[in-house]
Amino acid sequence: MADLRTTFASIKSPNPFWLASAPPSDKAYNVVRAFKAGWGGVVWKTLGEDGPPIVNTASRYGALEVGGQRMVGFTNIELITDRPLQVNLDEIKQVKRDWPDRALIVSLMVPCEEESWKRILKRVEETNADGVELNFGCPHGMSERGMGAAVGQVPEYVEMVTRWCKQLTRMPVLVKLTPNVTNILGSARAAKRGGADGVSLINTVNSIIGVDLDSMAPYPVVGGKGTHGGYCGPAVKPIALHMISEIGRDPECAGLPISGIGGIATWRDAAEFHALGAGTVQVCTAAMHYGFKIIDDMVDGLSNWLDARGHDRLDAIVGRALPNVTDWQHLDLNYKIVARIDQDACIKCGLCHIACEDTSHQSIAALKANGERRYEVIDQECVGCNLCMYACPVTGCISMVEVPTGRKPLTWLEHPNNPLRQAAE
Amino acid sequence: MGDAGESAARRLSADELARNFADIHVPLDRERSLIEASRCYFCYDAPCQQACPTSIDIPGFIRKISTDNVKGAAVTILNENIMGGACARVCPVEVLCEQACVRESQEARPIQIGALQRYATDWLFERKLQPFTRAPSTGKRVAVVGAGPAGLACAHRLAMRGHDVTVYEARPKAGGLNEYGIAAYKVPDDFAQAEVAFILGIGGIKIEFGKALGRDISLSNLRRDFDAVFLGMGLAGVNALALEGEDMPGVMDAVGYIERLRQTADKGVLEIGRRVVVIGGGNTAIDIAVQAKRLGAEDVTIVYRRGPDHMGATWHEQELAQTNGVTIKHWARPLRIVAHQDRLKEVEFEYTQLDEQGRLMSTGDRFSLLADMLFKAIGQSFVPSPLGNGAAEPLELANGRIQVNADRKTSLANVWAGGDCVPGEDLTVSAIQDGKLAAESIDRNLRSA
Ligand SMILES: Cc1cc2nc3c(=O)[nH]c(=O)nc-3n(C[C@H](O)[C@H](O)[C@H](O)COP(=O)(O)OP(=O)(O)OC[C@H]3O[C@@H](n4cnc5c(N)ncnc54)[C@H](O)[C@@H]3O)c2cc1C
Ligand SMILES: Cc1cc2nc3c(=O)[nH]c(=O)nc-3n(C[C@H](O)[C@H](O)[C@H](O)COP(=O)(O)O)c2cc1C
Ligand code: SF4
Ligand code: SF4
Ligand code: SF4
Repeated sequence: MADLRTTFASIKSPNPFWLASAPPSDKAYNVVRAFKAGWGGVVWKTLGEDGPPIVNTASRYGALEVGGQRMVGFTNIELITDRPLQVNLDEIKQVKRDWPDRALIVSLMVPCEEESWKRILKRVEETNADGVELNFGCPHGMSERGMGAAVGQVPEYVEMVTRWCKQLTRMPVLVKLTPNVTNILGSARAAKRGGADGVSLINTVNSIIGVDLDSMAPYPVVGGKGTHGGYCGPAVKPIALHMISEIGRDPECAGLPISGIGGIATWRDAAEFHALGAGTVQVCTAAMHYGFKIIDDMVDGLSNWLDARGHDRLDAIVGRALPNVTDWQHLDLNYKIVARIDQDACIKCGLCHIACEDTSHQSIAALKANGERRYEVIDQECVGCNLCMYACPVTGCISMVEVPTGRKPLTWLEHPNNPLRQAAE
Repeated sequence: MGDAGESAARRLSADELARNFADIHVPLDRERSLIEASRCYFCYDAPCQQACPTSIDIPGFIRKISTDNVKGAAVTILNENIMGGACARVCPVEVLCEQACVRESQEARPIQIGALQRYATDWLFERKLQPFTRAPSTGKRVAVVGAGPAGLACAHRLAMRGHDVTVYEARPKAGGLNEYGIAAYKVPDDFAQAEVAFILGIGGIKIEFGKALGRDISLSNLRRDFDAVFLGMGLAGVNALALEGEDMPGVMDAVGYIERLRQTADKGVLEIGRRVVVIGGGNTAIDIAVQAKRLGAEDVTIVYRRGPDHMGATWHEQELAQTNGVTIKHWARPLRIVAHQDRLKEVEFEYTQLDEQGRLMSTGDRFSLLADMLFKAIGQSFVPSPLGNGAAEPLELANGRIQVNADRKTSLANVWAGGDCVPGEDLTVSAIQDGKLAAESIDRNLRSA
């Protein structure tokens, strides 16, 4: 079995799977159950300042269902922990003592004043937690109070608060980034400049997940009204993958550890995050959907996959896909593929045909051969867009095969149609 | 104990009978319909639709179910097939749409199209919605003979197009075999009459009951008095075994018996034997065998002269018979009906096989089955006498049925025909398609005249 142990920003855990700061890591009861199930670490549900506890709404979550698949996307309008600070701190201390081999990071969100951070960091240190994660990401509720995403969207604040925290504590400081920015590098670089030991991303995406057509209010409906919420779950994975790859490719962020978050539900999802440079991954929605037991396949599946690829440790694949992430202008315009239909696997649904016919390049002929329906790719017309392969309901029935053109690779930079092309040497 | 006592099966209680003749299919509720609908791929130029004789836009209506647009789904179905509710219950989907479903080739588990169709149409019927309206009146009048699926489908489409329709029906009720012939557990709760009421709800259709062509009315008068005539009179004859003793007590025609079964208020009064033998291999043979069993018969045996693959009954229907405890004996044909005191006692059969040319022949071996009831279910035939052929302009027949072209037009000007009385599959759904096509053709004809 491949070794999944990780050391991330000097925080050790037996596997890279952490629970993200959210309801699954809300209290000792959940966290202990998660550790028993095999989770490598948790980022405790975000703590705030001491004082009157946070108040939450009833009706907090909303979900996107697609074709009978529940919770493809998920949203919430919850705030940070609604439990008293000292209760959380006591539990954190106890759990860390009982589970010394697991990573226990404490998520924090306090007003943008150095004193507030100082006060809370000191109390967290006393729990012997392994590190802190600064929640600059929460897009709702807290941001109206000048915290969370309100800080995370302003690189100067990110840098400033990160620097304070680095000066105020010996604990590793992770900065959790909000995706609700036009360019993630602004806040990532700011965290790096502030001295962050790592970044975690993504937090939830600003969203309205749907509208209740009876009450005419957005979901989740709270007494006839609703507000925008934080979107997460499988549907946000592509956004998260892009953002971590941007950081992974950025020379200014070089060496900055990344904890990948967003839509991770299986070991495959995790492997993709690792391939784009994530050292650990965090999970929220999948655990909220299926419970902690999903960790079993995540751990098992990841090691089996590593074994099958001949790797004995996770590190071997971290960042392996990054060199292949590039800008469009560097792609080979002479690379040619066409769709191939495996006629034996084809169930004659016609979806490839209509997809290409109505919306792509009219390259799949609907034929009748001996009275049977038959679909054939017209190679000369096919632009190799992949659409039919994805529309086809039979796995592996349509594949895209390379057609050697005999031509040398040619990128847009050198392409004759490019008015700004660089003359070939 | 007297003879009758020995040969009659134990009387079932009213409860047992109610259970045995209740709906054979559990309808899908909304939850199950949504799950099933989500399995549909929304195929293009869908194979299921191509396999439906009435060309219902199946992917279209299933998608509407999946978005909870159930009314839209029902209307999509009824637009092509006004008896979509009956078809959802009686169509042999395993050889029609569901056999063609791509999920069948992919995973041997087709979309339950029939069940989804029922969900949508039931939804509309339960709400008593009438989605169809009539076009402005054309002032044209059409006569329809027979209020079966063919006649009613034709009448409905004609009424929709603005024509006035008079239906002449020999029997006291409308619905044809939906009312008199289909197995009771397929259309319980008086579904056939509810559907007839829905169809008539569009208006412009008048039914004259107890009026038989050839007895009370004649084709030549109808042609004279109406702008067009549609014949949908089904099959009035039953095939005979051509054996001696065919008329003796205990030997019955399956269709006639089912008609009584469908019409009786109390199934408990129907006589049914302890040992029942059914001869035939189609729908009707299965239906009578299963219903006999459900009425309380102890042993029911279907004897068919060829193999399982030759049976007109689908594999699904054969399975239904078997799970109901019916024995199916293949490769045997009846030789002799044996009586005891003028009543049926046993039936002697000979085993059959195919010779080198593929002709059916005897193997020479024989066996006998004790029987106190023998049902003949070897097919029905068209009886042309009511047409009054022999008149100046006879109606052309083809293979003993009324000859029609693709528009379901007969050899006579202004006469169309469809359903079981024309060549083709004897299925409810085909009869409906015939009626619909004929109506469209009549409409075009009347408008251009
Ligand atoms: C026992 C049995 C079970 C069946 N089960 C199924 C099944 O499960 N699924 C399926 O798809 N199909 C089934 N069928 C076949 C199906 O019922 C027929 O194909 C369908 O009913 C044909 O419709 P139709 O309108 O042509 O004829 P019919 O339904 O026979 O209707 C003809 C109508 O015309 C009337 N009529 C007849 N002669 C005259 C006259 N001279 N003047 C006036 N009116 C007249 C009759 O009274 C009747 O109402 C079954 C048939 C039988 C016999
Ligand atoms: C109900 C709920 C509450 C959350 N609360 C917090 C929080 O207190 N602090 C925080 O940093 N992130 C919070 N998140 C965001 C998650 O930690 C995580 O970043 C996000 O859900 C994306 O991961 P996922 O797709 O695996 O759910 C919350 C998410 C959910 C669904
Ligand atoms: S790859 Fe694109 S262009 Fe080619 S056949 Fe498929 S859909 Fe059409
Ligand atoms: S989409 Fe796939 S299964 Fe459907 S017709 Fe095309 S190749 Fe065949
Ligand atoms: S063939 Fe099956 S999957 Fe395709 S549209 Fe018809 S019911 Fe749906």
